[in-house]
Amino acid sequence: MADTIDRSGTPLVEMRDISIAFGGIKAVNHVSVDLFPGEVVGLLGHNGAGKSTLIKCLSGAYRMDAGEILINGDKAVINNPRDARRYNIETIYQTLALADNLDAASNLFLGRELTTPVGLVDDARMEAETRQIMGRLNPNFQKFSAPVSALSGGQRQSVAIARAVYFNARILIMDEPTAALGPQETRMVADLIDELKRQGLGIFLIDHDVHQVKELCDRAAVMKNGELVGVVDVDAVSVDDILAMIIAGKKPQMAA
Amino acid sequence: MSDSPALPKAAPGMRNLARTLEIDTRLLGMIGAFIALCLVFHFLTDGRFLTPRNIFNLTIQTVSVGIMATGMVFVIVTRHIDLSVGSLLATCSAMMAMTQTLVTPEWLGLGLNHPLTAPAAIVVGLGTGIIIGAFHGWLIGYLGIPAFIVTLGGLLVWRNVAWYLTNGQTIGPLDGNFQLFGGIGGTLGETWSWIFGMICAVAALYAIWQSRRNKISHDFPVKPLWAEIALGALVTAAILGFIAILNAYQIPERRLERMFEARGDVLPEGFTAGYGLPISVLLLIAVAVTMTIIANRTRLGRYIFATGGNPDAAELSGINTRMLTVKVFIMMGILCAISAVVASSRQTFHSNDIGTLDELRVIAAAVIGGTALAGGVGTIYGAILGALIMQSLQSGMAMVGVDAPFQNIVVGTVLVVAVLIDTIYRKRTGD
Repeated sequence: MADTIDRSGTPLVEMRDISIAFGGIKAVNHVSVDLFPGEVVGLLGHNGAGKSTLIKCLSGAYRMDAGEILINGDKAVINNPRDARRYNIETIYQTLALADNLDAASNLFLGRELTTPVGLVDDARMEAETRQIMGRLNPNFQKFSAPVSALSGGQRQSVAIARAVYFNARILIMDEPTAALGPQETRMVADLIDELKRQGLGIFLIDHDVHQVKELCDRAAVMKNGELVGVVDVDAVSVDDILAMIIAGKKPQMAA
Repeated sequence: MSDSPALPKAAPGMRNLARTLEIDTRLLGMIGAFIALCLVFHFLTDGRFLTPRNIFNLTIQTVSVGIMATGMVFVIVTRHIDLSVGSLLATCSAMMAMTQTLVTPEWLGLGLNHPLTAPAAIVVGLGTGIIIGAFHGWLIGYLGIPAFIVTLGGLLVWRNVAWYLTNGQTIGPLDGNFQLFGGIGGTLGETWSWIFGMICAVAALYAIWQSRRNKISHDFPVKPLWAEIALGALVTAAILGFIAILNAYQIPERRLERMFEARGDVLPEGFTAGYGLPISVLLLIAVAVTMTIIANRTRLGRYIFATGGNPDAAELSGINTRMLTVKVFIMMGILCAISAVVASSRQTFHSNDIGTLDELRVIAAAVIGGTALAGGVGTIYGAILGALIMQSLQSGMAMVGVDAPFQNIVVGTVLVVAVLIDTIYRKRTGD
């Protein structure tokens, strides 16, 4: 990514000294990362390195044991997913977190249903809104009344993405968004990330694929065994440097 | 029941037609199975099964299980189970019986058949149901004890709490007004039944029209107008036909004589009157409509189905699934209390064995009605239809003269076969 990110102001998100343990295992151990508007920060590491756990503290799925999260410089209290949504933090989970028995519109608005004046859910309006946003994200999407279990991997992914985008996210967390996708759909996600960047969103991208991170991200934060190895500017390092960080936990000399 | 897959398997043209009309093929299959069952019994009993009298009895016998089955749908949809409904019904019934035979007449000195007695008893019953339901829900949702265990314990606990409260005695007769909920003891009469039927028909037509208008306003595809009209006509005919049948069941002359005597009149020559819609059936209809609205049109219902479909996704969407569990079991408790009103007033007294084995009937009704034990799938109308099928089977066999052990053998077999057919159907249609 050639664009330069202005990192002089207040970061959009600052996670300071985050720790969380399960039983005796320190899944995340004093990790700090930050994220600026219009920036994509990749989170890299082996399975079990703690990247998903770290990000779940931000999305409200887990409660951190220690540390603090600042949103736009103010301390944020995030105890559950509802809190995270209040800070305009949206998450696309690796598992997509879709209720398979419900249709696209019900999933898109799950937890935030549009209602009629008497308080009943307004299915027609939700479907209309869903048709509109899907028309933008994935014009081929037609199965609006089928349960999402009847959709293909890419279609399910676009429902999950639509859910994050629809509610004016300012901070977007994507957990391996392209893991289950074909090349064309991966391209779609990449284009979307570019567009969202231009709109000034901050994006945390969790990924295994180093090449993809180099292509999509501005900075990469590498974790190993629950600890942060380092944060590097992806354009300033080589793929091998990043791999060395992931595998050996070795920070390159000229890291940004 | 073995007829239910016949429709979905029919020619593709048929299926396309069903799709155009947006008719649920599973519902059609169930209705088909029910009609086939009725016709078989009608034939085997030499025309005694489909008479106004028997249909009237069938409906009032179905009410108690039907009401609880609607709640069991939500319980099973959220991947839980409730084995304690029969016992909970007994405890609610015992509390209400004690209220109306001991608390209000003696402790409060209101005497027998005071107008406040029935409402007071019902409030006590509902309160009991809510508290016990909330307690079950808390144990399951917040303390993480499996619903199977909590309600298995509840099955023993509440059955014997009811026993302890009443010392095992039969308590009755119950309050006169309370007994209006029992079925034959409380009906709307012909005129009010017709009025109620008309209101229902108009409401159904309005709902169809409203949903069409709503779709048009959002430019969604709608079914052809003729289909809409045909559906409306069918629904209207079904509602009014049902009322006509219930009205056709005549009150016996001796009973009419007594009714007139009670008012100090003499029965006029040639006077006849039909029973009409029983108040208990009215209650079931009200419960069914309310539960259907909750299921399809409220956030609560949406969350219940979402949680059943994917509990993790529901939680990540900010749904408080623990509190949801409590709410689902509170609803179950309320419905057990309502069923307790119907069941105890139908037999005019509280007995120690009231509601015994109802948990199995209720679960069977919900499952025959298409509720999947894996969670996330189920309908209210299906559960009620399931209850009706179970009851028809039971009373039909009794009328035919099938030996008691064989009756239960057949019912048990039907339950398993129904679920097998449903499993095959789901696999074929990919639902």
